[in-house]
Amino acid sequence: MTRKTRRLVTIAGLGSILALAVGLVLYALNDSIVFFYGPTEVIEKKINVGARLRIGGLVKVGSVVRSSDRMVEFVVGDGNNEIVIHYKGLLPDLFREGQGIVAEGRLEAGQRFAAETVLAKHDENYMPREVADSLKKQGHWQGETKP
Amino acid sequence: MTVEWGHFALILALVLSLCQVGLPLWGLVSRDAALMQTARGTAVGAFVFTLLAFAALTYAYVQSDFSVINVAMNSHSTKPLAYKISGVWSNHEGSMLLWVLILTLFAALVAMARQAIPLPLLAAVLVVQGAVASAFFLFILITSNPFLRAMDVPAEGRGLNPILQDPGLAIHPPLLYIGYVGFSIAFSFAIGALIHGRIDAVWARFVRPWTLLAWSFLTLGIAMGSYWAYYELGWGGFWFWDPVENASLMPWLAGTALLHSTVVMEKRDALKVWTILLSILTFSLSLIGTFLVRSGVLTSVHTFASDPSRGKFILGILVFFIGGGLSLFAWRAHALRQGGLFAPISREAGLVLNNLVLATMAATVLIGTLYPLVLEATSGDKISVGAPFFEATMLPLFLPLAVLQPLGTALSWKRADLWAAMQRLSWAFGFSVLVMGIVLYVTRGGSVIAPVGAGIGLWLVLGSMADLWLRVWRAKAGWAVNLSRLIGLPRAALGTALAHAGLGISLIGIAATGWGTEVIATVGKGAEIPAGPYRVVLEQVITRNGPDYRETIGRFQVYSDQNRLGVIEPGKRLFIGQTMPKTEAGLMTLGLGQIYASLGEFQTDGTVSLRLYWKPLVILIWAGALVMALGGFLSLLDRRSRIAAPKTARQAQGEAA
Repeated sequence: MTRKTRRLVTIAGLGSILALAVGLVLYALNDSIVFFYGPTEVIEKKINVGARLRIGGLVKVGSVVRSSDRMVEFVVGDGNNEIVIHYKGLLPDLFREGQGIVAEGRLEAGQRFAAETVLAKHDENYMPREVADSLKKQGHWQGETKP
Repeated sequence: MTVEWGHFALILALVLSLCQVGLPLWGLVSRDAALMQTARGTAVGAFVFTLLAFAALTYAYVQSDFSVINVAMNSHSTKPLAYKISGVWSNHEGSMLLWVLILTLFAALVAMARQAIPLPLLAAVLVVQGAVASAFFLFILITSNPFLRAMDVPAEGRGLNPILQDPGLAIHPPLLYIGYVGFSIAFSFAIGALIHGRIDAVWARFVRPWTLLAWSFLTLGIAMGSYWAYYELGWGGFWFWDPVENASLMPWLAGTALLHSTVVMEKRDALKVWTILLSILTFSLSLIGTFLVRSGVLTSVHTFASDPSRGKFILGILVFFIGGGLSLFAWRAHALRQGGLFAPISREAGLVLNNLVLATMAATVLIGTLYPLVLEATSGDKISVGAPFFEATMLPLFLPLAVLQPLGTALSWKRADLWAAMQRLSWAFGFSVLVMGIVLYVTRGGSVIAPVGAGIGLWLVLGSMADLWLRVWRAKAGWAVNLSRLIGLPRAALGTALAHAGLGISLIGIAATGWGTEVIATVGKGAEIPAGPYRVVLEQVITRNGPDYRETIGRFQVYSDQNRLGVIEPGKRLFIGQTMPKTEAGLMTLGLGQIYASLGEFQTDGTVSLRLYWKPLVILIWAGALVMALGGFLSLLDRRSRIAAPKTARQAQGEAA
C-alpha cells in the first residue's frame, strides 16, 4: 500500500468518525437541550403550552400545599409574575418557602407547570444562579448575602 | 506565627519557581550545563517550601486558629480531627494550595527520577513546570491567599458544608488533583521536545510512566467522586453529567488516548506529532477543568462580577499556556520527523482508531459543557445540556469502540491478519454473544440496552482474558509451567489486560442499572416496601445526637423472604453551625448489588416519605474502575516504565569497569 492510499484511508476514516460525531452532537443538541425561563419570561415570550423547560424563582411564602399521596403544589415567583407548579415526589432537602428553586417539566395552560424534577441547588448563598439572574432582571435582587 | 511562616514559605516557593524558569532557560540559551543543572535543585526546593506552606495551613486548621479568615470560614472547633484536616482542601484557597503542592511534587519527582533524560530536555521540562507553578503561585498569592488574617477574630468558625464532611471528601480531591496535575508532566515534555526539536521513541518511554501514574490516580479520583455523589447526594445516581464531573472526564478521555498513542510511539516510532498535540491537549483540558470548577463560571457567570479577579486570572493562565503550547506546536511541529509506516489493518491502526474515538468523545463532552456558557454569553438564553445529550452522543461512540477493543489487542504490529485475530477470539466472542442472547431472552420485554451493554462488558472481560491465555497457554506444558509463564509476562501486558477487563466490569455495572427497581412511598411504622427481590420494613423513627450533628433516622429492617438480613438507617442530619439539614442515604450491600434508601420529609402524622432502590451489580461500576487503576499501577511496575529503574547488571558492570 502506497503512502498516498494510506493517507486516503486515514482521512476517510477520520472524516467518517468526525461526521458521525458532528451529526450526533447536532441531533442531540436539537433534541435534548432545555431552556430556562423565569415566570415573567414565560408570559412575555408566550411559551407554547406543552413545551419542555426549566422554570425558576422563589417559592412564595405560604403557598406550599401538600395533599395526600406526595402531591405538592406551590407558587414560584420573580416578584412580578407567578406560576403554579405541581409536583409528585420527594422534594430536596433545601426546598422551603422563600427559597430559590429550579423545576424541570412541562408548561400547562393557565400558568401552571407540571414538574418532573425540583432542584434546590445550593451555591454558597443557597440560590440557584438562574433564579438570581431572573430576579436581577426583574429588579428584585437583594444582593449577595455575604457574611 | 506559624501562619506567617507559611505565607512566607509560599512566597519563597514562588521565588524558587521563578528561578526554576529563569536559570535553566538561560542555561539552555547559553548552552551552559551547570545552569541547566540548577533546574533540579530549584524544583526540589520549590516543592519543599510549598509543603511547608501547606503544613502551616494544616496546622492552623488543626489548632482551629479562627484568626485566619480561611479557617474561620470553613472549619469549626467541634469538628473531628480528620475533617479539620480534610477541611484544608474543601475550599477554594486551600484546594488551590493542594493543586500547586502536587504540581511541585511532580516537578521534584522528575528532577530526582533516575530516568536517563538528556540534560537539555530535562531542563526544558522543568522550565515549563516552573512556569506553570509560578503562574499558580501568583494566582494564590494575589487572588486566593489562604493565609490572610481577620481584623476581628470570631469566637467560632462557620463550619464545613455538611455535604463535604465525609471520608469521600478527604480522599477524592487529592486523587483527582494528582491525576489532573500529573498530566502537566506530559505537557512539559511535549513543550520541551518542541523547544528541543527532537523527539523519538525514547521520549515516549520517559513520558509514559508519568502519564500512566496520572491516569491511574485520575481513574481512582473519578470513581471515588462518583461513589461519593452516589451515597452522599441521595439521588441514587452515580453520574449526573454535571459540568464539574465533565471537567474531570475530559482529561480522562484525552489521557486515555495519550496512553495508547505513546505506546505506538514507543514501539513503532509513529504518531509522534499527534502524541505531542495530545499531550498539550490533555493538560489543557485539565486546566480548563480547573478553570470551570475554580473560577465559579459554573455556579454563576456573575461570580466574575462579584470576584472578577479570580476567574480572569485563571482564564489568563489558561490562554497563556494552552495558546502558547498550541502556537509552539504549530510553529515547530513540522520539524519533527515522521516515522513508522503501518498498514490499515494493524495494531497501530487499531490504536489510531481508539485515539480518534476517544478524542472525539472528549471534544463532544467539551462542546456539551461549554455550549450553555457560550450561548448565555452571546445570546443571553439560558439552557441546560444534561444527561439526554451526553447519552445520545457518548453511547454511539463508546459502544463500537468497546466492541472493537479486544480485536485491536489481538492484531499484530505493522501488518495484521484480521481474520486470524477474529478466529483466535471466537470463543470469547461466541460465549459473550450466547450469554447476551440468554439474558435478552430471560428479561424479554424489559430494557434492551441493559443486556447489550452487559454483553459488551462481558466481551471486554473475556477478550482480555483470552489475550493473556493465548500468550501463555501451551497445551503440552503443565499447569505449573503455564502459570509461571503467566506470572512471567511483562507487567505491562498484565496491566493492559487488567485495565481493559476493568472497563468491561464497569460497563456491566452501568448496564445493570437497567434492571434496578425504584419505589417512592410515604410510609408509617410497620409498613413494608419491596426492593427488587427483598423487602424493607420500617421499624421506628429515632432522633439522636452524633459528634457534631443531630439526626433523625428511620430504622428499616431488610428481609429476604422470612430471613432478616440487617438494618438500614437512612436519615436527615442537622450539623452544628448549619441551618440546612442533609440527607444521609441508608445502604446495604447484598452480593454485588445494593439496597439504597433515601428519606424525604417527615410528615406531621409520623409517616415519612421514602425513596427506595434495588440496584443489582451496582458495585461493579466502581470495582471496575478500581481494577482499571490497578492495571495502570501494575503496568507502572514494568521494567521498561519504571521511573527509578535499577540499572541492569551489565550497565553496573560497565560502570565498575
